[in-house]
Amino acid sequence: MIPQDLKFSKSHEWARFDKEANTVTVGLSAFAVEQLGDIVFVELPEVGQAVTAESPFGVIESVKAAVDLYAPISGEVVEINQTVAEQLDLLSSDPYGQAWMIKITPRDLAQLDTLMSPADYETFIKSPEAQH
Amino acid sequence: MPFISNTDQQRQEMLAELGLTMDDLFADIPDFLRCPPLQLPDGLTEQDLRRHLAGLAEQNSATMLSFLGGGFYDHFIPAAVPALVSRSEFYTAYTPYQPEISQGTLQAMYEYQSSICRLTNMDVSNASLYDGGSAIYEATMLAVRATGRKRVIIDEGVNPIYRKMLESYTPNLDMQIVVSPSRVGLADRSRITELLNDRTAAVVLQNPNFFGCLDDFADLAELAHNCGALLIVSCYPISLGLLKTPGQMGADIVIGEGQSLGLPLSFGGPFLGFIATRTKFMRRIPGRVAGRTVDSQGRTGFVLTLQAREQHIRRDRAVSNICTNQALCALTALVYLSLLGKQGLRGLAQLCADKAEYLRHRLTAIPGLKLRFAQQSFFNEFALELPLAAECVVSRLLERDIAAGLPLGRYYSDMEKCLLIAVTEKHTKEQMDSFARTLEESL
Repeated sequence: MIPQDLKFSKSHEWARFDKEANTVTVGLSAFAVEQLGDIVFVELPEVGQAVTAESPFGVIESVKAAVDLYAPISGEVVEINQTVAEQLDLLSSDPYGQAWMIKITPRDLAQLDTLMSPADYETFIKSPEAQH
Repeated sequence: MPFISNTDQQRQEMLAELGLTMDDLFADIPDFLRCPPLQLPDGLTEQDLRRHLAGLAEQNSATMLSFLGGGFYDHFIPAAVPALVSRSEFYTAYTPYQPEISQGTLQAMYEYQSSICRLTNMDVSNASLYDGGSAIYEATMLAVRATGRKRVIIDEGVNPIYRKMLESYTPNLDMQIVVSPSRVGLADRSRITELLNDRTAAVVLQNPNFFGCLDDFADLAELAHNCGALLIVSCYPISLGLLKTPGQMGADIVIGEGQSLGLPLSFGGPFLGFIATRTKFMRRIPGRVAGRTVDSQGRTGFVLTLQAREQHIRRDRAVSNICTNQALCALTALVYLSLLGKQGLRGLAQLCADKAEYLRHRLTAIPGLKLRFAQQSFFNEFALELPLAAECVVSRLLERDIAAGLPLGRYYSDMEKCLLIAVTEKHTKEQMDSFARTLEESL
């Protein structure tokens, strides 16, 4: 079950806005993790790095592919989750919780409105476009 | 005559369609690099043709005594090296990467990588690159990608051929290469400190450097690291039998030309580039990497690994667009190193250094000759300062069947009177004495 407070990009990243901290937490959807197969490596950006919506912020590598991770929103990386890079099984066991990857201070929160709701995303992953 | 499937007429039609001539298609290749047409008479019999070509080949000197170096060295190659390397299992295989049928080749690559790591004191090596020049380019790009910075400082003592290659590879890339002039034959610490800043991706150095001088880059490693830059060191593998290794100096990436490891000079190739780095940069290393693993029954086996970095999987975002290696040359290096062993390599390096010191002693005893950088140590190569232009002396000695060395003025404008002289274990005392006498007579 997908938590209802998330937003999704077409490249399968999820985003969760924390109003109090003014940060957007980013991770990868359970569907994408399953599609990738055995994950062997995650490369995250440095704290302080600027990221741009729809541009790569990192790389995730499985035994069969290495794909870019795309930022769902522009801003500055304020925290990275080193734990997920070291315990890759978190990606499949808790994709929307402990497997968060980075936290971004957003530059333009309105960018989140272009993302999909959990319900729309569930429909999207059944479409041919999502199967890459 | 190569097989070209299209006819002259088809080629004319294609060129006409493009509005180009054949010369336009090759405009990027400078004239001096183009092979002039072979002037062969028409319609010779095989026997006559062989005689004709053998006659041409005989015009080359087979007896010339050579002291040429400059990054490429004439070492003795034990007969076992070509005998093992030319086995058809190795010799005829092309891109033999399928683990089910290529365990021997993959194991050889893995062992080559292991030997490069031990030689340089680094963690991970790839299965080889084309040559020292392509290795310096790949190392530089690794540093640019790893740091996200675009400025590279390269010491003037790095082989000018590699520097030229780096310049030729990068003019259209968003990066800047800054050359740091050397000082009394070594990397200039104060200049490099001035040039280093938080936009510097890497400092590139060479040991022994192009003038033959020895250095310890531990201080420069610290300087580079303090700025968040990487240290790239180019090295001469035979010298590592005696010298402090780049790994011990704190280098992040070690590269070099592997020709000296059992490969003949052969008018310039094929040679072998090696690159090794720290575990931290393992996923950024270019090209093929062989790894050791176990199969479903627990037996040791070898496979290509970390392929998700490569362009057949990652396309335009691959770490490098190199997608091959010099497997046969890497195998040669492995066989050569295995034959020598640890003690053998040390003994060989000592022999080269001792013989070079003997020749230095003989030559600097000649009035008017002195070392250009007398205050520095050298391994098997040194810059000798002559009383006249080095090119002139080289021409005179060529007439007496001696290649005296490399005139440094070809690469460094203030060194017209300097001759770079290299010595290996192949040079005998008699040959060196004869060279010293002939040189003295030619001044």
